[in-house]
Amino acid sequence: MLNILTQISRWAIPVMFFGIVFVGLIKKIAVYEAFVSGAKNGFYTTARLAPNLLAMLVAIQIFRVSGALEIVIGMLRPITSLFRIPEEVLPLALMRPLSGSGSLGLMVQLFEEYGPDSLIGRLASAIMGSSETTFYVLTVYTGAVGIKRTRHCLAASLISDLVGFAAAVFIVFTVFM
Amino acid sequence: MVNYIWFFMIASGVITAALTGRIDTITDAIVKGAEQTITIAIGLAGLIAFWSGMMQIAEESGLMKLLAKAMRPVGRRLYPDVPPEHPAMGALLLAMAANVLGLGNACTPLGIKSMEELQKLNRKKDTLSDSMCTFVLLTSSSLTIIPGTIIALRAAQGSSAPAEVVGPIIFATMCSTASALILDRILRRFYR
Repeated sequence: MLNILTQISRWAIPVMFFGIVFVGLIKKIAVYEAFVSGAKNGFYTTARLAPNLLAMLVAIQIFRVSGALEIVIGMLRPITSLFRIPEEVLPLALMRPLSGSGSLGLMVQLFEEYGPDSLIGRLASAIMGSSETTFYVLTVYTGAVGIKRTRHCLAASLISDLVGFAAAVFIVFTVFM
Repeated sequence: MVNYIWFFMIASGVITAALTGRIDTITDAIVKGAEQTITIAIGLAGLIAFWSGMMQIAEESGLMKLLAKAMRPVGRRLYPDVPPEHPAMGALLLAMAANVLGLGNACTPLGIKSMEELQKLNRKKDTLSDSMCTFVLLTSSSLTIIPGTIIALRAAQGSSAPAEVVGPIIFATMCSTASALILDRILRRFYR
């Protein structure tokens, strides 16, 4: 089952690429010209979202490098120990919504230290796989179309991240212990 | 809320650095964040442009309408304010499929394309519409059922069963996605 799915994700983009151009040609579209005119708009989109990205990435960088993130992790420790969650995964859980590359790095560190098949390694995998870089998604998606008011999105997505974290811990404890 | 979180990250960072005698880290962080922005933006620019080009072909050939039709059973419920044959539906289908399959570098460009299509239908241009909120929340809660990167990294670290976490990941993903959808339905009324 997993093999089939992996194959699908390997083939999806090449097939989509070819399929879209092929259908275009059959329908007698000037595919090359259409592609170029569409792509032109794409560059404006990036220019539009870059300022939002800058604001968010600088703030996240300051928050991490200054040691403020460490302090927040320290404050949360009593809560995780209450639920017997290994505190080693706490930095990962907090980093996950902030930075994609940062959290990936933390996961690999945990793999190296405890092994991917340890409880901590499995927890790290589940936390990493079941959530997204929330701040990045919000910043980029809303920045690209010039949205200023994001309504309930940040609150709802952060709560859902927490739900995902709890679910990951619960399921890993249930399946592997 | 974004304003407060942004301020919190900056203020707590600067204060922590000042009190621990590492105020230099702030300047470094600003430089690093700025560099990161350009690295990410340049990487994104090409891919966003590529998928915008692809979508243009798909739109002119009528393929987007076809995709929109395929999306209808799910789309009608998730995005009730999007007309059934609107290109936005087709873009949403592709974006969600890319997320589900874990096609890392296609997700953001297709997601942005969906947002642009949804923005055309949006009546208040500076505020997210209901459909936009639902889509952003679905994406940020993760839809991935094939965590390719994680399986590869586990294998690289010598895991005896790299894919054993797929089940748990799907379970946790479903929980967070369900929570996002429920919260979306409840909270959207209070934030107009």
